[in-house]
This record gives sequence, C-alpha cells and structure tokens, in this order.
Amino acid sequence: MSMKGSLSIQDVTLTYGKGEKRVLALDGISFEVKPNEFTVIVGPSGCGKSSLLYIAAGLIDATSGSILTSGKRVVEPGGDRGMVFQSYTLFPWLTVRQNVEYGPRRKGMPAPERNKLVDRYLNEVGLTAFADHYPKQLSGGMMQRVAIARALANDPDILLMDEPFGALDSQTRHTMQKLLLRVWEHSHKTVAFVTHDIDEAILLGDRVIVMTARPGKLKADIRIDIPRPRNPDVELEPDFIALKRRILNELRDEIDEDH
Amino acid sequence: MATKRTLLQSFTTPFGEIPSAAALVAACIVWALVLGVWAIASYGGYVADMFLPVPDAVIRRGISLASDGTLFVHIWSSVKVVILGFLLSAVIAVPLGLYMGTYKIVQAALEPLVNFIRYLPVTSLVPLFILWIGIGIGQRVTVIFFGVFFSQLIMIADEAHAVSRDLVNASYTLGTKRNEAIWHVIFPAALPNIINTLRVTMGWAWTYLVVAELVAANSGLGFISLKAMRGFQVDTIFLAIMLIGLLGLISDMAFRLLRRWLCPWAA
Repeated sequence: MSMKGSLSIQDVTLTYGKGEKRVLALDGISFEVKPNEFTVIVGPSGCGKSSLLYIAAGLIDATSGSILTSGKRVVEPGGDRGMVFQSYTLFPWLTVRQNVEYGPRRKGMPAPERNKLVDRYLNEVGLTAFADHYPKQLSGGMMQRVAIARALANDPDILLMDEPFGALDSQTRHTMQKLLLRVWEHSHKTVAFVTHDIDEAILLGDRVIVMTARPGKLKADIRIDIPRPRNPDVELEPDFIALKRRILNELRDEIDEDH
Repeated sequence: MATKRTLLQSFTTPFGEIPSAAALVAACIVWALVLGVWAIASYGGYVADMFLPVPDAVIRRGISLASDGTLFVHIWSSVKVVILGFLLSAVIAVPLGLYMGTYKIVQAALEPLVNFIRYLPVTSLVPLFILWIGIGIGQRVTVIFFGVFFSQLIMIADEAHAVSRDLVNASYTLGTKRNEAIWHVIFPAALPNIINTLRVTMGWAWTYLVVAELVAANSGLGFISLKAMRGFQVDTIFLAIMLIGLLGLISDMAFRLLRRWLCPWAA
C-alpha cells in the first residue's frame, strides 16, 4: 500500500499549562487514516479535536506520542498538509486569484500552468467571476470557498479541515457541504475533518470518529457506508437516521457525564 | 413612510454618516471663526499689533520674503531636516519594529531600554547633542530622530504583533517557512497600520522642528521665528507657524495617498 496520503495518529497526548493548572487535553489517541479516506472527528466542545488537527499540521507540539503523515513523522508545519481553518485566513492583501496561487507560486510553478490550475479551482468553487476581488469584498461562505480552493491548489497529501463551516449560517453551510462533496469526488484527497455537527459528519465522512469529553480519548469509530456520490437528501434516509442515533448516543453519554 | 433621518438626527447619531457637503461647511465655519476672531482682535485694535499682527501684514511679509527667495531657502532647510530625521528613523524603525513584534527575544532584549529612552524629554538631550555633534544640520536631524524613533519603534512592533496568528498558521500550511513568515505574511498584513503609524509620527517630526532650530541653526522656519522674536516682528512668527502647519498637512495627505496606493485592499 502506498503511504502517500496516509495519516497515522500514535498514542498522542497533549497537556496544557503547568503545575496545579495542568490540564490533560488529549489522552493517548491512536487511529489510522488510509489514503483517500474522508475521516470526520466529532466530540463535545473542548475535547481537543481541533488540537489534534493542529498537531497533525505541525502548528502545535504533542506532549507525547507522534503523528505520521505519508509515513513521515510530523515535526513542523509543511505544505504537504493543507489546512482550512474555522476563522477566515485568506491573505487580505492578495486578490482571490493571488490567494489561490500562493502555494503553487511558492513552489515556482510556471505562470501558464499556474493560471490553468487556478482557473480550474476557481471554477470548481464557483468563484471565477470574483478572481480579482479582495477578500474584504467577499461573504463568509465565499471566503471559505477560496480557502478550500487555495488549500487544494497547493496539492497537499492530506487536507485538514477544522470546523471550516462553523462560522457560517445554516443555509450557506448546506451549500458548502454540497460543494465540498463535489470537489472531494474530483480530488479524493485524504481528509481529516473536525466538526460538532453530526449531520455534517455523516453526510461527508467515510468514517466518523467520536471523541470523549476532556480529556479527549477515542470513544467510537463508525464506518459510514452510505454510497457516493452523496447529496444532502440522504439526511432523510433511514440508514442516515440510524447512524445519527448511534453517534448521538455515544455523544450523549459524554455530555451527561459532564453535568 | 421611509425612515429617512433629518440632518439634525444624523449629526446627533453616534458614528452616524453625514453628507460630505456638511463636513466641508462645518470645517469652513470653524476656520472662518478662528480667522474672524483674529481679524476682529487685530483690525479692531483690541490687541496691540506688537503681539498680534493684522492678517494682511502676515501675507505681505510672506510675499516680501518670497520675492527675494529667502522664504524658500528657509522652507527647504526645514523640510530637509524633517525629512532626513524622519527617514533615518523610519528606515530603522520599520524593520526593527517588525522583528520586535514578531520575535519575543528581540522584544525582550530591546523593549526595556527603548521604553526608558522614549520617556526622556528630547529637549533635555539637546545640550548633549550640541556637545557631541555640534550645531550643524546633524544636530537638528538628531533632535528629530530622537523625538520620533523610539515611540515609532514601539508602535510598529505593536502593529506587527497584532497580526492574526491564524494568518501565519495558514501560510505555514501552504509551505511558507518559519523564517519567511515575517516578510511574506506579517509585513504585508501590518503594512496599512505601519503607514498609519508613519503618518502620525511624521506629525511629531514637525513638532520637534522648532525645538531643533531654536537651539542652533542659521536657516529654517524655526530659526526665522526666533530671529523675528528678537526684532518684535510678530508677523514673521505667524508666517512661520502657518507654514509649518501647512507643510504638516501636506505630509499627512501624502501618507494617506501612499496608503491608498500601496494598500488598496485596506481601503
């Protein structure tokens, strides 16, 4: 099996603070993500699911344990692990087009090839008409679409998505989920997607990993066998509802224990 | 009926928008008031013209100094000092401030010293400058530099420090290296605010000009002002003050244009 695009989380532990105030945020998390797999991580807020993505991205260090991407141990951030953040992180001084070509331009991709690539991704996220706009002139949903295009245009092995639609209204969120499903059908990148929205998790994922409340541990690992291509109508199917009930039960235990 | 606000309502709404014509009229009224009070006080003879010149005397003085070219020599002498002092300061403060705001170690090393120096009154250092540098243009430039640099440095460091961490993180996940982030991300992100800082501190450079020239100079607007005081030529003092204000206003506008030109995205 090729290692490219694999993600291996090995006994990762994370603690915050010092002495009396020391908090255990992640407690011995381990799981494997196969290349081209869309894995969704859900859990109560504060369970450390976002921290796990930040560790995989190399943006924060695990206290112990390690993460391997494409078989290589993560020691620092790198372009092989693209990330879409919950907050808006487009470079405000660059136009939409310049944002999307940021990665390819860094790598020294020649202009004709780069322009074709950017055109393709702008078309894919439906923002061709906004190529020369600055981020300030876009809505929240449009900015996240550019962020997805920007991450994909850099051709990462793995795409990490930290509640990318969390700040959007529900209407826009649905549009974005549909768009992400379509884009993913084309790219089949390995995706690790964090959310607290169970419908979103089932709709998008090949697999949903449920984490416990703090300290975050692996609670359940549920395969989602709903056939692709999917669209949001599946949310009314009995299979979907059965999966939702199962995940809700797993999560309910966590939330009840908390109170 | 539409809820169109009356003018009075828009004037009394916190942060409310007003028509641009209203803004212009309001500014003109205030200027007219100031000039009017001056005209009444001077032409009306309420204040002796030894202390307050009549407005046309200031204009006539301006014309007579301009006609033999000496006015422009003095203006250029002052502009040169301000620009040199300011540029010298900005050229060091922008990169150093960027490093201070980006790297904790640079901040830890420099901040205590810089904060100590920036609260020293520049005037208290002038005797030292004269002793060390003499009374040439170097002394005047140094006064401007000391008046501007240390606060400018701290303000630019603050702007660099305020750049969103997620913006830097996003750039890492697109392949930017740690040592590249400062110039590829933090600098462009902070640039509009850095230009604002330069605009504000340019104003300080003008305020330190007279201090620089009062002490030791043989040309410049502060210098002719001082000379005029000895000769009771209050119209020349007024002329110098007004020209300094006008030059400050022009440099302020120049920085606004620079910001719009360099950072169209931040409009």
